[in-house]
Amino acid sequence: MIYSEKVMDHFANPRNVGEIPDADGVGEVGNAKCGDIMKMYIKVNDGIITDVKFKTFGCGAAVATSSMATELIKGKPIEEALKLTNKAVIEALDGLPAVKLHCSVLAEQAMKAALADYYRRQGVDPALIIGDLSAPDTCEI
Amino acid sequence: MDKRFVYADNSATTKISKPVLEAMMPYLTDHYGNASSIYSLGMDSARAILNARETVAKAIGAKTGEIYFTSGGSESDNWAIKCAAEVGASKGKKHIVTTVFEHHAVLHTCQYLEKHGFEVTYVPVDEMGLVHVSDIEKALRDDTCLVTVMFANNEIGTIQPIAEIGALCREKKILFHTDAVQAIGNVEIDVAEMNIDLLSMSGHKIHAPKGIGALYMRTGINLPNLIHGGAQERSKRAGTENVAGIVALATAISECTKNIPEKQARLSKIRDRIIAELTKIPESRLNGDPIKRLPGNVNISFRGIEGESLLLSLDLEGICASSGSACTSGSLDPSHVLLAIGLPHSTAHGSLRLSLSDENTEEDADYICEVVPRVVEKLRAMSPLWERILRDEDIDAE
Ligand SMILES: Cc1ncc(COP(=O)(O)O)c(C=O)c1O
Ligand SMILES: [Zn+2]
Repeated sequence: MIYSEKVMDHFANPRNVGEIPDADGVGEVGNAKCGDIMKMYIKVNDGIITDVKFKTFGCGAAVATSSMATELIKGKPIEEALKLTNKAVIEALDGLPAVKLHCSVLAEQAMKAALADYYRRQGVDPALIIGDLSAPDTCEI
Repeated sequence: MDKRFVYADNSATTKISKPVLEAMMPYLTDHYGNASSIYSLGMDSARAILNARETVAKAIGAKTGEIYFTSGGSESDNWAIKCAAEVGASKGKKHIVTTVFEHHAVLHTCQYLEKHGFEVTYVPVDEMGLVHVSDIEKALRDDTCLVTVMFANNEIGTIQPIAEIGALCREKKILFHTDAVQAIGNVEIDVAEMNIDLLSMSGHKIHAPKGIGALYMRTGINLPNLIHGGAQERSKRAGTENVAGIVALATAISECTKNIPEKQARLSKIRDRIIAELTKIPESRLNGDPIKRLPGNVNISFRGIEGESLLLSLDLEGICASSGSACTSGSLDPSHVLLAIGLPHSTAHGSLRLSLSDENTEEDADYICEVVPRVVEKLRAMSPLWERILRDEDIDAE
């Protein structure tokens, strides 16, 4: 199996690792059984994601996609962040091995979960903005 | 400590040793003859194969005529199991006994046979990773044609009671095969004394090249061929002989069986030091029996981290190792071996296997003991699962 240089760079030097104690939204997805959990913290100001941090339990692909996803949404308006897809994250990493594609979906899900939490705290039903947030209940994606 | 390169994945494969390379080199260069040819260039090859067969036989207490060269451990396992099944079926016996934690070369072969009308009993192992002879005995039936139990497990290194299982099978007149790919050179093996009928070996785990192995088949067993074609290997295994590989395998086996007790003593000392140090890490556990264990095998789980990221981080520090996490197995589940000894999925994902060989030193162990705790701590610091473990949450609840 071969990881691209970009994947290895984001794995070795993950961007935006950590927590935001006074975050405006926090999302956690995945589970221990499947071997991947991702937690994302966001700070929002005037509809802009001003800060983002993550913590990931998972493989190299999970860490690298988490790291890349935070880079892609940091400083962006929420609407733009919501358009971010898995596919775009993978492309930004110069691709992932086929067996690793299922490890990469958490980044998009975690970001959406954090935004959903943000809307909930604002008293807004996140389903109206973000759509279906139910996570699959098997490790297979 | 200075960064260094530590190869600690010798159960995956090994470096070709100098004596092996030197022994095989002539057969890759000047002595390229086909062993079936009549001229002296061919006869040189035939003679080399004959000597190699004798060497391999002697190392495991077999007779020269009982050794057949193959392309490796997987082929030997396939040959032994599929062809013993074929013989069994011809006598109306279509039941096989094996264990849950065999190598895939055995497990997937058994699963294949299940699709073709055979019944297979997968005997469980205990939480230390040991097979109980009484469980094997309970699984035997009147229509059992084969028992296959690995000599030593490739992941957790546990050494099985092969002589006892051999005695049981001999008494019940049932064929007994053992995959000794990981055991050769680490444990004393005497096929006659241990009542072994069929035994698989592989070269690349003992400092010979990949793609060479052997099957020991006790005189009188006479399994049909797996590979049909030319008359090589006394018409039992077709294919122009890999002379260089065969010479390499023999040299490697003779080297690694030369002084097993001394090697066991030296390696197990290093092994036990690494185990003692790494199990000081909080929320870690040793997988597999601490004593009935290959001298070079360390297998430890660290809760809260995932194996592949552990391996990648260790690689950045110069250490090559392996893991039983789902993401390194290329499947969605972690290692069947770790699940078989009762580990929850989350703990199995965080496993680390270090496998040492003769080439590893005390300095390698020092380095491992310094780097692994640091890397585990770094990964835990960024793990949301570790947060939950620290909060004492039940992370394995479904
Ligand atoms: C226990 C065991 N059996 C069989 C094999 C397969 O051997 P080979 O790679 O020579 O086919 C291996 C190595 O992967 C092994 O560890
Ligand atoms: Zn993964």
